[in-house]
Amino acid sequence: MVSNQHGEDERLRTIGLVRSLLSRPALGAAGGAIVIWTIFAIVASDRGFVSLQGTATYLEVAAELGILAIAVALLMIGGEFDLSIGSMIGLTGMAMTILSVNLGLSIPIAMVLSLAIALGLGFLNGYMVVRTGLPSFIVTLGSLFILRGLTIGTTRLLTGRTQLGGLDEASGYGVMSAIFASDISISGVEFPISILWWVAITAFGTFVLLKSRVGNWIFSIGGDVNSARMMGVPVRRVKIALFMTTAAAAWLVAMIQAISFTGADVLRGEQREFYAIIAAVIGGTLLTGGYGSLIGAALGALIFGMVRQGIVFAGVDADWFQVALGSMLVMAVLVNSVIRRKAAETKR
Amino acid sequence: MSEKKILLELDSVSKFFGNIIALRDISMQVRAGEVMCLLGDNGAGKSTLIKILAGVHQHDRGEYRVEGQGVRFDSPRDALDRGIAAVYQDLALVPMMSIARNFFLGSEPTLGWGPLRRFDLIKAARVAKEELAKMGIDVRDTSQPVGTMSGGERQCVAIARAVYFGANVLILDEPTSALGVKEAGVVMRYIAQTRSRGLGVVFITHNPHHAYTIGDRFTILNRGQSYGTFGKDEITREDMVTMMAGGEELKAIEQEIAEIESEANAAGE
Repeated sequence: MVSNQHGEDERLRTIGLVRSLLSRPALGAAGGAIVIWTIFAIVASDRGFVSLQGTATYLEVAAELGILAIAVALLMIGGEFDLSIGSMIGLTGMAMTILSVNLGLSIPIAMVLSLAIALGLGFLNGYMVVRTGLPSFIVTLGSLFILRGLTIGTTRLLTGRTQLGGLDEASGYGVMSAIFASDISISGVEFPISILWWVAITAFGTFVLLKSRVGNWIFSIGGDVNSARMMGVPVRRVKIALFMTTAAAAWLVAMIQAISFTGADVLRGEQREFYAIIAAVIGGTLLTGGYGSLIGAALGALIFGMVRQGIVFAGVDADWFQVALGSMLVMAVLVNSVIRRKAAETKR
Repeated sequence: MSEKKILLELDSVSKFFGNIIALRDISMQVRAGEVMCLLGDNGAGKSTLIKILAGVHQHDRGEYRVEGQGVRFDSPRDALDRGIAAVYQDLALVPMMSIARNFFLGSEPTLGWGPLRRFDLIKAARVAKEELAKMGIDVRDTSQPVGTMSGGERQCVAIARAVYFGANVLILDEPTSALGVKEAGVVMRYIAQTRSRGLGVVFITHNPHHAYTIGDRFTILNRGQSYGTFGKDEITREDMVTMMAGGEELKAIEQEIAEIESEANAAGE
């Protein structure tokens, strides 16, 4: 019964087809983006939502959030959260401004130093999580307050103020402005360069997640950390690297903002940590890890931008934006939980 | 049977945890192209024994030889390097990831180099499909999540992976215990395939029926000691059950039940 090796039909088993939805986590977000664009195109077309100018307005919002959402989605697929990125924006933006305006360093050097600070703090977040085994939700909730408090306290101590300007007079502003805060003109409408950053980071992140070994490790760590460990995946190193990635994304957004506003504010970046998580979740990333898409996260940020600006275009009071945002989040989580049940479903 | 090559050998191996004697003077052999069944009730020492074989624990007395050479593994990695792979009950698979991604988890094949070094998913898919097909499982699409497969199929993926990555000796920890009858059949056929490819298999189970169906030799453990190793012609299924339960104890229980029944009968009359 068991000695033949080849060609025995009764031993061939056919395994069912992929559930198509499962292999396309971004599908829901793509549909959502089309629906929301259509709604605002109908409601607010006469007020310019579909015009190039309108498009540039919501793309700018989407781009700055999208950069964060890509990094946050990677981290969430790896099974962790980072609530400290909003505070990280405030801290790195202020650090760079103080270093160049108050200490007279040129902007590129101040940027590199503030990136080093961001990576160091991201490392600390990750190290705390992997060393203590505490939920990253708690560890980074602590960092959220610690980093914000540090930023406000230090800035006031050093400068006596909470807002700083004058970056445009520091050396190296011109070049950095071209890289981080210039506009690209398309038929007379200015599109901020941050959109390019957003697209490039989405493409690069997607390559890493889907086409590299590290991507495979990220999925496995979020999906089943014990299995990952047993198969020799360097779990701790990958997790720490992911926290450093979210910190670096926060740094990039801080640079874009500081350069375009020619200064920093200690309160900058507030609530961005939640917006980024919302964008990732709307994009199909599971809160429990192991599943998600960066294209989805980028689309989630696009939806966020369209709703935020679309409400203004439609002439609705912007106060209602939060209601829309919260509702979309809950709907996305509902859809996700159905997907997860399907994914975890096993036959015996 | 006896001319087959001995891959693994334990010679009077003992293991202590503090004052507890987990294993005492265990001797057994695993040969190429044979399924060695390791039987025993809960607490018999099966888990400790396979952990010694797989390099998780170290033995305290006796000798552990791999292809005639005395060894002492510091880690499962060491055992793996000598071609000894264990597939535990949790399988080390990630349910939400595809078959191909799971198959190569931690040992992904790559293409290119530098920043363009990338996971060769096409190769991964092809190899996973081929390896499963060799064992008679036809996976139409290796991009389907492992979680959508049945328990037996998942077990097969884990075994196929261990075989592909160079195992000579495969240690299977209760591969059939959580499965239904049909699924257990799938896995046992697969074990037979593995055997016919010349691997030595250590099949841990407390199900004597599964063991008797697939096994060539049987080592029966009870309370940390071995009753010895028996060839299939030397032992009946019934003997096996009796030994696993500790023989004497089972007789005592039979006697007790008989007494209870006769008392009940006496009371009823």
